[in-house]
Amino acid sequence: MSTLSKAQVEHIAKLARLTLTPAEAEKMSKELSSILQYVEMLKEVPTDDVPPTAQVTGLTNTLRDDKVKPSEAAADALLGCSPLPIVEHQIQVPHAHG
Amino acid sequence: MLSSLTITQAHQKLKKREVSSVELTRACIERIENVDKNLNAVVYRNFDRALEEAKKTDSKGVFGHPLTGIPYLAKDVYCEAGVPTTACSNMLREKTYVPPFDSTTTKRLKAKGAISIGKTNTDEFTMGCSTETSCYGVTKCPWDLSRVAGGSSGGSAAAVAADECMFALGTDTGGSIRQPASFCGCVGLKVTYGRTSRYGVMSMASSLDTIGTLVKSVEDAALVLETIAGKDPMDSTTSDRPVLGCFQSLKDGIKGLKIGLPKEYFAKGIDPEVEQAVRSAAETMRRLGAEILDVTLPRTKYAIATYYVLCPCEVSSNMARYDGIRYGHTAAKPKDLLDYYQRARSTGFGAEVKRRIMIGTFALSAGYYDAYYLKAQKVRTLIKNEFEDAFKQVDIILSPVAPTPAFKVGAHTDDPLAMYLEDVFTVPINLAGIPGLSLPCGFSKDHLPIGMQLLGPQWGEETILRAGYAYEQATDWHTKKPVL
Repeated sequence: MSTLSKAQVEHIAKLARLTLTPAEAEKMSKELSSILQYVEMLKEVPTDDVPPTAQVTGLTNTLRDDKVKPSEAAADALLGCSPLPIVEHQIQVPHAHG
Repeated sequence: MLSSLTITQAHQKLKKREVSSVELTRACIERIENVDKNLNAVVYRNFDRALEEAKKTDSKGVFGHPLTGIPYLAKDVYCEAGVPTTACSNMLREKTYVPPFDSTTTKRLKAKGAISIGKTNTDEFTMGCSTETSCYGVTKCPWDLSRVAGGSSGGSAAAVAADECMFALGTDTGGSIRQPASFCGCVGLKVTYGRTSRYGVMSMASSLDTIGTLVKSVEDAALVLETIAGKDPMDSTTSDRPVLGCFQSLKDGIKGLKIGLPKEYFAKGIDPEVEQAVRSAAETMRRLGAEILDVTLPRTKYAIATYYVLCPCEVSSNMARYDGIRYGHTAAKPKDLLDYYQRARSTGFGAEVKRRIMIGTFALSAGYYDAYYLKAQKVRTLIKNEFEDAFKQVDIILSPVAPTPAFKVGAHTDDPLAMYLEDVFTVPINLAGIPGLSLPCGFSKDHLPIGMQLLGPQWGEETILRAGYAYEQATDWHTKKPVL
C-alpha cells in the first residue's frame, strides 16, 4: 500500500477534520504517495524481536504529589483565548447538528 | 558594535559597569531596526517592555548571574505571559494568541534577569527546514540574502549570526537548531531529550521535541544550558540528573578523547566542500590530542523514513487542539460543528502542516498502524541501539550537520520529499534522543558557513561542550561575521 488515491485522500482529510479543494486533493494524493513510497524502505529492516521505542528517557512512572495547586493561568484568561462567544464562563460552540 | 558581544563578554562589561543593560538592549533593538528588513528574522518586537525590564535591572545594579541584563530573542513557539506568540501560523496569528502563562524556559531565564526582546521567525509550528512555511515569509541567510537561513529555528539562527541579540532560544525536533546554526554560522545546542522542559513551548512531535539555544560561542551554550536545564514538575519527561559542571569542565581539554567519524555521514550526496571542512576539523582535534576513529552507523539510511512516519503521527495528534474553539482562527456562519472544525482548520493551517496531519492520520488509521507507526517505532529502537554501541567505542561522534551549505530560497518548493531529505544527518540524533552541538567549521568558496556537529551519548552534554570549546579555541570560524 504505497499510493493514495484521491478518494482515499478525501477520506483521510475527513478523519483529520480538514476540507481539501479538488486541486489540493489531487496534489496531496501525489505528494503523499511519493512520501509513502519512500517510507516503504522500512520493510527491508527485520524487526521481529525488536521492542518499539515510544520514549527515550528511560524514566518510568514519573509521579507528582497528589496535591491541589492553583493553576498558573486564570480560567477566564484561558477562555479569553477563544474566538467564540463566552457565556457564563463557557465557550458557546456551533450546534453539533445543524 | 555592542550587540556583537558574546554573553560572557557582555557579562564582564556589566559587572565592571562599562555598559548597562539598557545600552545592550538598545544596541540589539537598533541592530534589528537596521538590518531585519532584509533578514525577516524577528516577527514580534517587544522593545518597550524589554527596555523597561533593562532599566529595572540597571537600577538594581546586581549582575550576579551571567544572564542578568542580557537581551535575547525566543522562537515564536515559546509562550510568555502577555506576549503575542503565533508559531508563525495563521491559526494563531489572526486573533493573535496572547498566552496567559510562561514557558518554564523563559520563566527560568526571567528569574535570572535575562531580557526578552521579541520573537523569531520559524516554519509554521516548526514544520520545515527553511522557514519558508512561516506565515510571515522566509528568513534570509545573513551571508547571502538569496538563500534560506535554514529551519525551523531560522529566525533565531539569523538573529544571532547578525547580532540582533546576544543569544536566542530555538527548538530541535529533527535538526531545527543545528541546521540553521550551520547555515548561518553560529553555535547551536540540541540537548538530550529530557534535559530541558518543554512546558509552555508549542508541541510538534512530543517524543522528539527538545528545547535548546543558539549562541555565539560554546561557552555561551554551556551558560544558557545550565540556566534552563533541569527537572520540571510541569514536564514529566524531564530528568533530575544534575546539570551543573558543564561550565566548570569546559576548559579541561580533549587529550585522549576518542572521536568517531561515522562513514555513513560522509556518503555520496554530500557536498565535497562540506566533507573537506569536517575532515579538516577532525584533523584539528587530532592535533589537540584527540584520537580519531572510524565508526559505523549502518541504519542511518532508514532514519528519514522512520522520522517521517513518527513525526507526522505525533503532529496529527498535537495539532488536534487547534479546532477553532480554544485559540485564534475562526470560521464565520458555520452550518454545524463539523463544518466549523473543517473550515477553521483548513483555512488556518498552511500546506506543510496539512501534509503532516494527513500522513499522520493515515499512518495511525485502522489497518495501517502496525505497518507504519509500530514498524517505525521498532526501527527507532535499532537506530538508538546503534548509537549506544558506537558510544562503547568512542566518547563522541563528529559529523557534518547538513549535506550542503544554505540552499536557495524556493529550491524545494515543489518537492516536499526533497526538503525532508535535507534532514538526513540531523534526524537520527532526535530518534536516539542524544545531544548534538552544531558549530562553525569553515566556509564554502561562495562564502557560506559550513557547520559540523559533535554528538554525545545520552546526558553527554559536558563532553561535547568541552570538545567544542577546545576546537573553538583553536580556530576562528565562530568570530567571522556576515556583512549586512
